[in-house]
Amino acid sequence: MPAKPETIAALAARFAGLSASEFRGDTRVVVLKDSLLAAMQHLKSDGKFDLLVDVTCVDYLNYRDARDRFGLVYLLANTVTNERLTVRSFLNEPDLTVPSMVPLWSGANWLEREVYDMFGILFDGHPDLRRILMPNEFAEFPLRKDYPLQGRGERHNFPVLKRNQA
Amino acid sequence: MAVELPDNVVVTKLDELASWCRKNSLWPMPFATACCGIELMATGASRHDLARFGAEVFRFSPRQCDLMIVAGRVVMKMLPVLQRIWQQMHEPKWCISMGACASTGGVFDTYCVVQGIDRFVPVDMYVPGCPPRPEQLIQAIIDLQDKIQREGTISGAEFETATRQMTKRALQELPMYGRQ
Ligand code: SF4
Repeated sequence: MPAKPETIAALAARFAGLSASEFRGDTRVVVLKDSLLAAMQHLKSDGKFDLLVDVTCVDYLNYRDARDRFGLVYLLANTVTNERLTVRSFLNEPDLTVPSMVPLWSGANWLEREVYDMFGILFDGHPDLRRILMPNEFAEFPLRKDYPLQGRGERHNFPVLKRNQA
Repeated sequence: MAVELPDNVVVTKLDELASWCRKNSLWPMPFATACCGIELMATGASRHDLARFGAEVFRFSPRQCDLMIVAGRVVMKMLPVLQRIWQQMHEPKWCISMGACASTGGVFDTYCVVQGIDRFVPVDMYVPGCPPRPEQLIQAIIDLQDKIQREGTISGAEFETATRQMTKRALQELPMYGRQ
């Protein structure tokens, strides 16, 4: 279900620079990075969005008409009224730090670790910001568009066991 | 000089006797990481019945195994585990690379999937297919049994030969970033 107009209106009244749109029954708002934490706090306490469904990111490098490099996406849901809301915020290098949502929804913990692992977005205030999928010693962020699909040779850098080394 | 032997006495070499025992009681280590593992299970189950070839005792401890069957793709994070498990197995030991992914990376030509386990651990048999049929895996085990019988020695000297130590061609030709 799309978010109620009054939810959006209350949000828009409090946060300047917010743009809202609706597409086929999905409501989306874009908030400025600086007001992201306050907007999310507002959505959790006043909008009663009690479930953080997903946190993910899009790399808009070389994307047609894109002005920003990364688009951070939060999918929120209200499990009582079934409202759903997509919150987006755009980031640009070199400042890739956003506030962590773990204090609001502890389910954000692993989701933010995944976004960090794949895109290198830093979450300020995250209790345990480590890689979650790639090995710890991996140095790149593989879902960035400037990282080659076949990697930079990391998959070949392992010791080779010969037949007589058991 | 002819030696008189009773009818029920056979003479053989100790090497061949050892190989004969080894080949008929292979204990596989199922290193099943993906969809090929399902086919590996089917091979062990009643319909295809790997027990007919003496290799039905799948053990999940590498210390009890002598045949590692790598069934599925191996990612960067898994490869150190694979190597450690291989090193934990006792000699004599053999390795079957089952399926396109384990042998070459298959369709997963991406940054995190190892492009063939034979680059990093020694492999004795490759089974093509995506996934290979159980019959193909059984054929690989039969071929491996032939290989063990043919060249097996009680001292394991066949593992020390120069051809067995050779670096894979893919490994020689590929640029290795970050390695001195
Ligand atoms: S070879 Fe095919 S069946 Fe086997 S692990 Fe790869 S994708 Fe799965």
